[in-house]
This record gives sequence, structure tokens and C-alpha cells, in this order.
Amino acid sequence: MTLASLKRGRKYVIQGVASTDPDVQRLMVMGLVEGTEMELASSAIGGDPIEFRMFGNAISLRREQAQHFVVSPAKEDE
Amino acid sequence: MSNKQVIRISADQIPLRQHPSTTIAVVGNPNSGKSTLFNRLTGMRQKTGNYPGVTVEKHVGVARVGDTLLKLIDLPGMFALSAHSPEERIASDVVLGRIPHMDRPAGIVAVVDATHLYQGLYLVQQLMELDLPVLVALTMTDAAEANGIRIDIEALQQRLGGITVCPVTATTGRGMNALRAALVALPETTKLVLPVFWPELSAASEELSHALPATVPRFQIQRALIDRDSELASEVVNSLGEDGEKRLAKIRQRLFGSQPPLASEARHRYNWVRDVMNQVQHSVPVVASWRSRVSAFMNRPIPGTVGLFVVMAIVFQAVFAWATPLMGAIDVGAASLGSFIAAKLPEGALASFLADGVIAGVGSVIVFLPQILILFLFIIVMEDSGYLARAAYLMDRVMRSVGLSGQSVIPMVSSFACAVPGIMATRVIPNRRDRIATILAAPYMTCSARLPIYALLIAAFIPAKQLGILNLQGIVLFGLYMLGIVFGLLTALILRKTALRGPKPTFALMLPEFRRPNLNSVLMQLFGRAMIFLKRAGTVIFSVAVVVWALSYYPRSAEVQNNFAERQAHAAEIVSGQSLVSAMAQIKNEAEAAQLEQSWLGRAGKVIEPAFTPLGWDWKISMAVIAGFPAREVVVAVLGTVYAVGNQADEATLVKRLRSATRPDGTPVFTIPMVIGLLVFYACCLQCAATLAIIKRETNSWRWPLFAWTYMTSIGYLGALLVFQLWSP
Repeated sequence: MTLASLKRGRKYVIQGVASTDPDVQRLMVMGLVEGTEMELASSAIGGDPIEFRMFGNAISLRREQAQHFVVSPAKEDE
Repeated sequence: MSNKQVIRISADQIPLRQHPSTTIAVVGNPNSGKSTLFNRLTGMRQKTGNYPGVTVEKHVGVARVGDTLLKLIDLPGMFALSAHSPEERIASDVVLGRIPHMDRPAGIVAVVDATHLYQGLYLVQQLMELDLPVLVALTMTDAAEANGIRIDIEALQQRLGGITVCPVTATTGRGMNALRAALVALPETTKLVLPVFWPELSAASEELSHALPATVPRFQIQRALIDRDSELASEVVNSLGEDGEKRLAKIRQRLFGSQPPLASEARHRYNWVRDVMNQVQHSVPVVASWRSRVSAFMNRPIPGTVGLFVVMAIVFQAVFAWATPLMGAIDVGAASLGSFIAAKLPEGALASFLADGVIAGVGSVIVFLPQILILFLFIIVMEDSGYLARAAYLMDRVMRSVGLSGQSVIPMVSSFACAVPGIMATRVIPNRRDRIATILAAPYMTCSARLPIYALLIAAFIPAKQLGILNLQGIVLFGLYMLGIVFGLLTALILRKTALRGPKPTFALMLPEFRRPNLNSVLMQLFGRAMIFLKRAGTVIFSVAVVVWALSYYPRSAEVQNNFAERQAHAAEIVSGQSLVSAMAQIKNEAEAAQLEQSWLGRAGKVIEPAFTPLGWDWKISMAVIAGFPAREVVVAVLGTVYAVGNQADEATLVKRLRSATRPDGTPVFTIPMVIGLLVFYACCLQCAATLAIIKRETNSWRWPLFAWTYMTSIGYLGALLVFQLWSP
């Protein structure tokens, strides 16, 4: 699954980045790398762009960009 | 280094203490509270300029700590040293010491937002590798605690190799004294022990350094390995000699494999950052504040979008309704000052130059100030509170349909007051194609200088009919606004499909938490931007006003003057009292109209008239339109003069005169198709030298302003032609 299909209220971890596009690299520089925990926060009308929480900070991406990031649900360690 | 300082001091004879000799760069992520901190440290002792060759603003200030003066540079916000936008490039060039004629700073204050430690520490570790003393100013610790995060300062210091970390609250001033003391000590700080982020990279740059002259510092080698296409990389290749390229490629292959270096760098660094965060960040119980509840509600799609429209409506209301009385007052002030001077001085060129040239010129600049200030105030508050980013996020979908991104919204909205600040606001758009498309769409937005002529023509020729709850005049005005928006967006769309074709803009934006803007910081920014507007637009608008005055004043015809002097003498014989005063004024206005007719401007109107005949215009309108090309706001005054009601006539008088204007054959000049055509012309045409100048400045070429002018004028002409020809019986 990718970052574009998260369910609200669950945590996910980025497992891989499926693109070497410079814009995707930019997102990696902004913190979207393997091991980063992501949460779905909200979206604009129509479901795009999407707003995520990353370490408690809000970051918004277009759906198209979010699809480059492969994620898996985080293990609940509580 | 010390030699140089001694020479400088003896040269300009200024006591040592008055001359800050040490420069410290203030670096941080966007929205990290960097500028607030900078303002707090330097107060009013700051200067805004530009970096050579680019349109990135340079903020320099002086901080006084006891007897020591420190020069601070507030660098544009950045996420990393790898440049993504012109702003980021400048910021990294400054800290790398690569700006021509600018010394490398002696130290760095890394501003880290405690609520954004993740991205903040990424930049900090890059900065720590630069061989400069680094100090961390940790802002928003209070906000972090409200969000449930407490940061262990000591542990953080330790993980950062012992560099000083100063928690500060710039808004209240908490921690500022400790920060100031640390600033003074910073340049003397001994070199720190770098925590190792990525052993293989360090080893590779170590290995390369043996093959390079000792003048190439280690950090440059490291950046050269990562930023393949940078100037640094080609410099390193050159100093390696013949097989430099090959050697670098081999090392890169070993370090990064098939991955882009930037991606590898990000992976390694964020690994380290996560490790540090696990150690220094502790959770504390969260107190759900009203602010976070409001912001959670406003982040939902529909409330968010509705909220945005409400905010926009308030901004519009403020820009137009609140500014109107002030603008009226400035207008009246300029006019009465003008007539006062005209009355005190003997009639002639000097009086006219002062009253109609200089004062009217200055007036036409400052008349925009109320709107600009109100608009800037809203934009700065929205920016500082974090709302601007949210607006961009909410509008992204709409803007995408014309090939732009949400970041183009604010420049476009600003352009409803004036395209100059609107175009200046495009600097937040990182992609150049996007930015130029936005710049060229912006002048289509109905700016406040278009309003007087809209108001005049609508009041004169559109019947005030009620259509249900709507008023026909209002509908026409609304239609003109919509026309501007539609044409602007179409322009962007066409450009993005043709000349500015390129990959779809990406849109990755940090959405800051809502926070209360700092009054001091807001006022300081407001002042700074107002000065920029006055300097850039003011000089252009003012010179244009003087030139238009000269063209409409010269040459003076003695014949016309004598003729009207005779008529005035005659009038004095046959009437007296109040009617004499009005007769004299009427004759004077007619004399001015006759003078204008044979002035350079009047002649130009007659020469150009055939070109505008297909639009239904006579020479008077043609002339007013030409006069308006450098600055459209002069049109109403020119119409006032040419229709012999004086250039300060009240609207009702001018309206009456326009309605009764006829051609030589007795048919009215102003018919509905002609008026609508004229309005369309005004809606489209780029009649503003200040906008052209700012486009030139912001795109660094004459190509775009020339294109914009030609294109918009053609559209305006064609629009007016179509309306007049198709509609006229």
C-alpha cells in the first residue's frame, strides 16, 4: 500500500520510496524516508491534496506524489 | 584577517565599537521563528537589500550586546543545503562563503522550532559540518509542551557534540539574554567534535582530500560528492585534474549505488535524527487547548474551505471599504494642495508643473498606500499565523486545473489591490515556470487603479436597473472582475501548455500550526514592505505622472491663450457677480481643453484615432487611453480636462458631459457597445509601467514584460473590437 491510501486513526511507517524523481528526493529531504511514521490527518475538498502528520507536524502532499511512498501499518507497541 | 580590520578602521575613522566586525548568519527551516528572533535581536537596526543578480531579499541587522556589536544576516528559510529554490541556493551559498564580495560568516545561529525538531535537526547536522561555530536557538518550547513534547536540553547538547543550545521564546523574550551572551562567545568557540552521521561519507571525503589542494576544505568535498550538479562539484572535478570526473563517479557509485545521492543523504541523516529524537524528546500530558480544537475543526475539508472564503471576503472588504475614506482624503488633500499652489503662483508652466505634475504625481503614488498597507497587513498576519500555507493547501486543487499550484493563490489575490505587491509575492513559488505563469496572470486581476474608470463609465452609461435583488451596475462590475479572473487563469493555462510547458508542479508544503503573530514583528515587516513598494512603484508612477503632464501641457499655443483671454474680457463686460465667476471658470476649462487638443498628447490622440475608430472611439478617448498606458489611473483626470470640466471635476459633472458628447455628425460618442468595449479594453490591457518594471525585475529579463504588454494589449484591443463590431447595429 502507499501513502495515498491510509486510513484515519492508524499509524504507518514508510517502507520504501519508489521513485528517483527530483521532486520525490525533495520530499525525502523534508523527512519522508524509510522508517518515518506517518498518519493521515485530513484532506482538501475532493480528497486531494492530502494532509499528513509526521512527528506531530502537518505536511500536505498531492495524491500523485503520495503514491511514490510504500507504507505498512506500524506495529502497535503499546 | 586581523590586518584587514585594522586598515578598514583607520580608513573611515570610525571608532571600533561602532563597527560590527563579526558577521553571524541566522539559519533555519521556513516558519521556525527565525525572523521573529532576528527582529528581536536587532530591533530597528536593520536593512533590507538584495543579493547580487537575484531577487532574493537580504536582511541584515546589527545586534548590540553590551559593548559588542554583531552583524546578523537573516537567511531565507531552508530545509537543507541542497538548493531547491533561489532562496535556498542563496542561503547555502552564504554559509558556504560563496557569495561574491561577501565574507563568509564567522558563525551560525541555527534556529530550530522545538515542534519541528525532526526537520530542524536535519539542517543542524548539515550546518555543523561546515567548519563554522554553530549555536542552536530552540524556539517554541512552550508550544512543544502544549503539544505534549518536552525536550531534554542537556541531552540534546550532548548529542550535538557539545554545542550550545539556547531555548528561547522570541515573543516574550524568555531566554534572550542567555542567547545574546552565547552569540558574543560564538565566534571564539573552539572547534567541536562532530558526531559521525555517516562514516562512509566522511571516509570518502577524507580520501579525496589527499588528492586535492589543502585550500579545498573537507565540507566542500563532502557537498561536492552529494550535489552532483553543483558548482562546487565541478570545482572539485577541475582541481582533481584529468580523471576527476571518473574518480568522483567511482566514489559516488560506492557510496550511493543506484540511488540518487540526495536520497541516500536523507536516509542516513534522518536515521541519526530519529535516534537523537528518541533520546531527547519526552512526552508530557497534552492539554487540549481551544486553539488546537479550533484548528482541528478548521482543517476539515468543508469548514476549511468555507473559512477560507470568509477570510478572503474579509480581506476584500477591508482593502476596499476601509481604504476608501483614506484614499478619498488623500485625493482631496492632493487636489486642494494643488489648487492652493496654483492659486498662489502666477499662472503658467511652473504652477501647472507643481500642481498637475508633481503634486498630482505624488498623490497618485500615496493614494495606493492605504490599500497596500491594509493588504500587506493581512498577508503578513496570515503568513505569520500560518494561515497562508493552509490557504495554498485548500486552493491547490483549483489552481492545478490551470497548471499551477496552491502557492499561486496569494499572489493572485494580492493583485486585486495592486499587481506590484502581487508579483512580489510570487517569490514563495519555488518552480520557475509556475512563478512566471503566475506573474503573467497577476496583472489581469482587477487592481484598484482600474476602479475609478470602471466606476465612472458604469455610473454614466449602465442603467441602475434592479434585476431581482441584483443591480445591473453591480452585475457589470462583478462581470469585469470575473473577466479578469477568467482571462488571468486562461493565460496561466495557455502558458503552461506552451511556452512554459513542463512537469506538473509538485506541492509539498509544511502546514504550520496556528500561532499568534507577534505585533512587533508584523509592524516591522509591514514597514519594510511599504518602503519597498514606495521605492519601486513610487519612482515609476511618479516619473510617469510628470511625463504625462509634460506631454499634455506642451507646446502651449499663444493663439489659444489670446483667444480665451479675449473671451474672458468680453464676459467681464456683460456679466457680473456669481455668474461671472462660473463663466470665467468655464472659459478657463475650455481654454485648457483647447490647449490639450493641440498638445503633444492631443496630437498623438488624433494620429492614433484611426487605429481606434473600429472600436468606436474618437480622438479624445484615444488620447485618454494613450495617456493611461504608463499608469492607468490618470485616465479619469485626462478625460476631465479634455471634456473641459477641469481635471479635478466631480464625477457627476463629468458623467453629464460624457453622456452628451457627440461626434461631428451629431451621433453620441458613448454608445453601450462602445462603453462595454472600452471597459473590456481596460479590464485586459496592461496599462501600468510599475507592473512592467516589477515583471522585469522579478524575471530578470525584458522578454516577459514585453510579451505581457503586447499580449495583453492585443487581447484588450481584440476584445473591444469584437464587442463593438458585433453589438453595434
